[in-house]
Amino acid sequence: MQQNAASGAGSAVVSLREVHKSFGPLKVLDGVTFDVARGEVLTIIGRSGSGKSTALRCIDRFETIDAGQIEVCGHKVHDPGLDLRALRQDVGIVFQSYNLFPHLTIEENIVLAPSSVKRIPKAQARKEARAVLAQVGLEDKLHHYPEQLSGGQQQRAAIARSLAMRPKVMLFDEVTSALDPELTGEVLKVIEALAQDGMTMVMVTHEMGFARSIADRVVFMHRGKVHESGTATILTAPTTPELAQFIGTGL
Amino acid sequence: MGGSLNANHLSFLAHGALWTVGLSLIALIGGGLAGFVVALARISPVRAVRILAAGYVQLVQGTPLLVIMFLTFFGLPPLGITVSPLAAASVSLTIYVAAYLGEIWRGCIESVPRQQWEAAEGLALSRTQRMAKVILPQAIRIATPPTVGFMVQIIKNTSLASVVGFVELARAGQIINNALFEPFLIYVIVAVVYFALCYPISRLSRVLEAQRGRGRARLSVETA
Repeated sequence: MQQNAASGAGSAVVSLREVHKSFGPLKVLDGVTFDVARGEVLTIIGRSGSGKSTALRCIDRFETIDAGQIEVCGHKVHDPGLDLRALRQDVGIVFQSYNLFPHLTIEENIVLAPSSVKRIPKAQARKEARAVLAQVGLEDKLHHYPEQLSGGQQQRAAIARSLAMRPKVMLFDEVTSALDPELTGEVLKVIEALAQDGMTMVMVTHEMGFARSIADRVVFMHRGKVHESGTATILTAPTTPELAQFIGTGL
Repeated sequence: MGGSLNANHLSFLAHGALWTVGLSLIALIGGGLAGFVVALARISPVRAVRILAAGYVQLVQGTPLLVIMFLTFFGLPPLGITVSPLAAASVSLTIYVAAYLGEIWRGCIESVPRQQWEAAEGLALSRTQRMAKVILPQAIRIATPPTVGFMVQIIKNTSLASVVGFVELARAGQIINNALFEPFLIYVIVAVVYFALCYPISRLSRVLEAQRGRGRARLSVETA
């Protein structure tokens, strides 16, 4: 993994180059550049409005960019001719608000994409649904509806739903921000286990303690730019006053 | 002529009431199918399709149903197209209902949270799959109470078919009144029959609305 990171952009699973993005007159991303190597966990931190969520959403083309280049698993995301569905089969994304489908059971939520996108036979898809649910500790919730689950359980189910597509990269967009500390813990444990299994991950998070323990690399965004980045040690020994101040208020 | 109200008259009214129900069903099915197309066209990714559908809705909503009835029944024959009263009433009601149901359903589809689209997109579902498997099933739940409520409007509006000579409940009452000249009695009977048809449906709509309200309250507690 360290070697991958050292060998540069060629082996990067996710690579952003000078990415610019504005919402109207508001410049949200102002030349963002970073790489994520295979098996690496990158956390993006920063204040609200620093552009961190937008940067993450650009990776899965939920936002189109104005200038720059994004390459994800060999897909040229900045290219207007991009095969969106191919990209999204390689990238899993989990949102702050879980976004499970309320009219479907947990099993149906998980089976939907593998069976209708990848055309995996229903029986096999159900077997895999049980496997990913076991992975997040929810095998007993197979036939429950989302509204019958706690927030933490819903978020774990949402992670399982993404995993069922066997993505090469997982994106997490402030996935614990809507949860109380106890429920946050159970979701973070699941993410930690994924990291140990070698999943490549990009996380936008406010959980500094978690970022410090799990991240191979940390990117601190400030005013639409990567203001400081490095290993998790920058969280204990920041070099810029902005990061120092952010951590000071963040803890 | 003359005489008093007898069983024959009542059976004639019942026959008219049956046609009111029949015409309502025709309007609901025809207007529902066309309205579904209108709803999808209103949110189409193709701009021209959206504009066309919006124009249709505006045009129909800005025109009295009565005038649409006149147009199809009296306006088409000079152009060489003869239509029966039933056909004219069916076509007019379908045109009318499609515009309103299309607009109601568009609102229901759009009221499914945007995040549901995004989650489905993130799972690589195609637009058709997102619509069919994620959005529409949720939109249908939202749409049921207002759609049932609109049924009441359809039933009442079928009375306008009397102007093209189609014998439904209102026209049946008119015909009997022409013979008996007992307007108060006859139109009270007609009104009671309309009420008997509409009231259970509007009750049902309110019950469905209340159920949905409770479901939503439960959901927001869960996610709070």
